[in-house]
Amino acid sequence: MRSLDPTERAVVNGLQGGFPLTERPFRDAGAELGLSEGELIDCLGGLVAGGQLSRFGPLWNAELMGGAVCLAAMAVPLERFDKVAELVNAHPEIAHNYERDHELNMWFVVSAADPDRIDQVIAEIECETGLVVRAMPKTREFFVGFRVEV
Amino acid sequence: MLDATDRRLVAATQSGLPLAPEPYRVLAGRLGLAHAEVIARLRRLADDGAIRRIGAIPNHYALGYTANGMSVWDIEDASIAEIGAKVGALDFVTHCYERPRHLPLWPYNLFAMVHGRTRDEVRVKVVEIAALVGPAARAHEVLFSTRILKKTGLRLAA
Repeated sequence: MRSLDPTERAVVNGLQGGFPLTERPFRDAGAELGLSEGELIDCLGGLVAGGQLSRFGPLWNAELMGGAVCLAAMAVPLERFDKVAELVNAHPEIAHNYERDHELNMWFVVSAADPDRIDQVIAEIECETGLVVRAMPKTREFFVGFRVEV
Repeated sequence: MLDATDRRLVAATQSGLPLAPEPYRVLAGRLGLAHAEVIARLRRLADDGAIRRIGAIPNHYALGYTANGMSVWDIEDASIAEIGAKVGALDFVTHCYERPRHLPLWPYNLFAMVHGRTRDEVRVKVVEIAALVGPAARAHEVLFSTRILKKTGLRLAA
């Protein structure tokens, strides 16, 4: 893992939101950070190419696109764990799936354009695995001032 | 809700903005829209919450944040709105949601995701949350991820 230089650090810390909606946004954002338009563009290009940033741009709210997302958890017997992971992951609606250190040891996210599809996928997984799926849809989202300090 | 042009804008920006002096003009050219319209639409979508934020989307793992702890809390129902807002405002909490309990197996109704460079760093941050929450939390745990079994990311319908 390459460490960030001071300019990259300032850009990552200072530009995780609030990118201006102006005609020359890199010039305007750069001015805040003490960088020229070209310096900021080059720095961001390097961070994206190097993988330190997944991307630079808008973070869209998936649910407002009309889709639905639901977290779900299962308590999977250890001797069947890999087989069950295979069955769960085979569904294209499973966006991610993590093993966690708890009795509920498999945690996955079901996402679908049609909200009814979420319940269907959960029912299919229960049928295929013979295990109970605990649906944990979010009932409220709290404001997150998401910032990674580097 | 989004109209058809908004959806084309989503599709055109899902992998990021053009890294060019006039990124919105480049998008406008690709979509056959006026420069000012692209800016106005993005501003409306940001105001409506369809865009959470615009900026650098960090790759936690590549930045050294390899420990990922899901802290879960059993909060009195009467306090959840107040406590959730406080916990969500902490700068090291990346997601914060209320979710249903599944008693008796799962008493927790507040989820706060915490990232750190090490598990100990995550544990220290969870202690900070516990201090902030105080007696409104009847119990809590941290579930570390031990393996990523699948990660494709969410795909948005365009």
